Amino acid sequence: MATQTTTTRMLEIGNGRAPVEVWEAGEGADLVYLHGAGGLMPDDRFFQALAGQFRVHAPLLPGYGNSEGEDALKDMLDTTLHTGDVIDALGLTGKPLVGHSMGGMIAAELAALAPNDVEQLALIAPAGLWLDDHPVEDLFAKLPFELPALLFHDVALGESLMTAGLDLEDPEFLAAFLITSARRLGMAGKLLFPIPDRGLRLRLYRIKAKTLIVWGESDRLIKPLYGEAFAAAIPNSELKMVPEAGHLVTHEKSEKVVDAIATLVNAA
Amino acid sequence: MKFTWFNLMPWPHLPEDFRETHRSVWVDIPSSLYDPVKGHEVYNTYLDQLEYAESLGFDGIGVNEHHANAYGLMPSPNIMAATLARRTSKAALVVLGNSIALYNPPIRVAEEFAMLDVISGGRLVAGFPVGTSMDTNYVYGQIPALTREKYAEAHDLIMRAWKEDEPFSFNGRYTQLRYANCWPKPIQSPRPPVFIPGGGSIETYDFCIENDYAYSYLSFTGYKRAQLLMDGFWDRVDEMGADRSPYRAGFAQTICVAETDAEAKELYAEHVNYFFNRCLHVYPGYADAPGYRTIKTIKKGALSQYTRSSLGALGKLTWEELVADGHIIAGSPETVVRQMKELITGLKVGNIFCLLHIGNMTNEKTMLSSRLFAEEVMPHLQNMWPEWEHDERFWIHPLEDRLEPTVPLATAGGTV
Repeated sequence: MATQTTTTRMLEIGNGRAPVEVWEAGEGADLVYLHGAGGLMPDDRFFQALAGQFRVHAPLLPGYGNSEGEDALKDMLDTTLHTGDVIDALGLTGKPLVGHSMGGMIAAELAALAPNDVEQLALIAPAGLWLDDHPVEDLFAKLPFELPALLFHDVALGESLMTAGLDLEDPEFLAAFLITSARRLGMAGKLLFPIPDRGLRLRLYRIKAKTLIVWGESDRLIKPLYGEAFAAAIPNSELKMVPEAGHLVTHEKSEKVVDAIATLVNAA
Repeated sequence: MKFTWFNLMPWPHLPEDFRETHRSVWVDIPSSLYDPVKGHEVYNTYLDQLEYAESLGFDGIGVNEHHANAYGLMPSPNIMAATLARRTSKAALVVLGNSIALYNPPIRVAEEFAMLDVISGGRLVAGFPVGTSMDTNYVYGQIPALTREKYAEAHDLIMRAWKEDEPFSFNGRYTQLRYANCWPKPIQSPRPPVFIPGGGSIETYDFCIENDYAYSYLSFTGYKRAQLLMDGFWDRVDEMGADRSPYRAGFAQTICVAETDAEAKELYAEHVNYFFNRCLHVYPGYADAPGYRTIKTIKKGALSQYTRSSLGALGKLTWEELVADGHIIAGSPETVVRQMKELITGLKVGNIFCLLHIGNMTNEKTMLSSRLFAEEVMPHLQNMWPEWEHDERFWIHPLEDRLEPTVPLATAGGTV
């Protein structure tokens, strides 16, 4: 896969709010990507894979990277409306919308809240539902070294991707990790803590978009059964299971996920 | 000096291999380890000890709030304080405190604290902790990044409820009350003395100094390790132009007193080991939910005492190391007096929360250690801050003319 040149910029969204960092790369049809609770990784391989087939625009949620103003976002509605405003400011309302995990939850909320603004939706292992018999793992009580086994089918690959070769036992790296993690997951907690359910189930019927749902068969954070629950609740949806992939199916099977998204978009 | 006898109320029957067989004493510890029949004796013994402490002349007796925690068996400190209010008559009831972000609506705390103050004749010290992440976020489900904001709003509501003489409307983000109206009102007007437990966040320093609340550092790692943090507090007092009354601050210290240093080890070492090894065995994943601490505080490096390294280390320390590092103050009355003076002058504190029951200590040993502290240590520490002797801002103002806990009992078997 050829590496696409990524540009980042600060996008003004008006009304006195902090500007938002946006990553952009690739050529072709425009597509908006909403990242998960872990944010975008350096040289994020899923972002890169998307850029191989699309012109991808990935805004960072406040609390992530240079996007600030997270204190003003208290709950799901604040966050969903903020995301809608960002897409509007990008001039991309109506373009294909892709979200992973927490980003999938936000994308689904937006598609339910503004059903006429989203025509093609791809939800990759989205959060937002809760099944009593299959509880979502508590991401917020995990230690850094426990994350790869939770998030990846291939744990060794997960370790190398998450640390980029750095040592989690190194106190300096750990301190920086804690600050970044506190900002990111502090924001994510407003949507996901203590139970990642903000009532989305009751709103999913409103989604009009043609919807692709993707799940890694080895997802240990949000079990694959959740894929079926989403598929059952979203009217015009299709579920695609990906073997040998965990919650970060985006990173373990990037090409497969992007191909499925391309099929969705090109069918239009 | 004000000495408060404090019992964390640990469960004293954790198995020998608890550390190996369970990942945490807190949050996800199975309640099958709790036995309510044994609990009957445990609670009543601990309450006896608090009452005994009053009779020994301690200035205060203290309780606190924890949830799903085997070393802190008081999910409702107000219930404990209520029993003490009826069975004591002199000591301050130091409730340290109610985690006000957890009460819905938080005016409940204004009401219950007022009840305690009225029943006790004005002996309540009102504590308002933000609450640990284990209690507040993991067990009671509060969203970490919003916890402090919710706490601040609850504080404002409670203080206003105590102050206002007419019903008022309160339009908060977390609580909306059309008729905020606190019945009863506390005897201590406009409010009882307020203690704020803190663990090194600069925002808490400022909050205490601005409001004349006593900053209370509740650490289990002892006075020598507290120096840096308390120096930070006093620097902030100076920066903000406040006076340096030692009653602005308090410190919790584990203390063991025996006739001799050797006897202290012989009597108490196993119980101290129980506390540090089993009671403080907290899974580090529960120590700090992301967003619970402010970025400013994390950057300052004031991370929790519950980090993996500090916890693991504590469990391995020998008695001699625990004493040498000041984690515990232990020994003969002379030894303890000397170290207590170091603590008091070093940290410049007027309030001491004396942890004299430790881990699974027996009642007899607890009474012995407490009595020796009261009779042979406390008298030597009374005049540490003569220039602040009359500073009454940070302590209780009970009614002069208050009722004693005496009850006319019906004669057994008799009818009138």
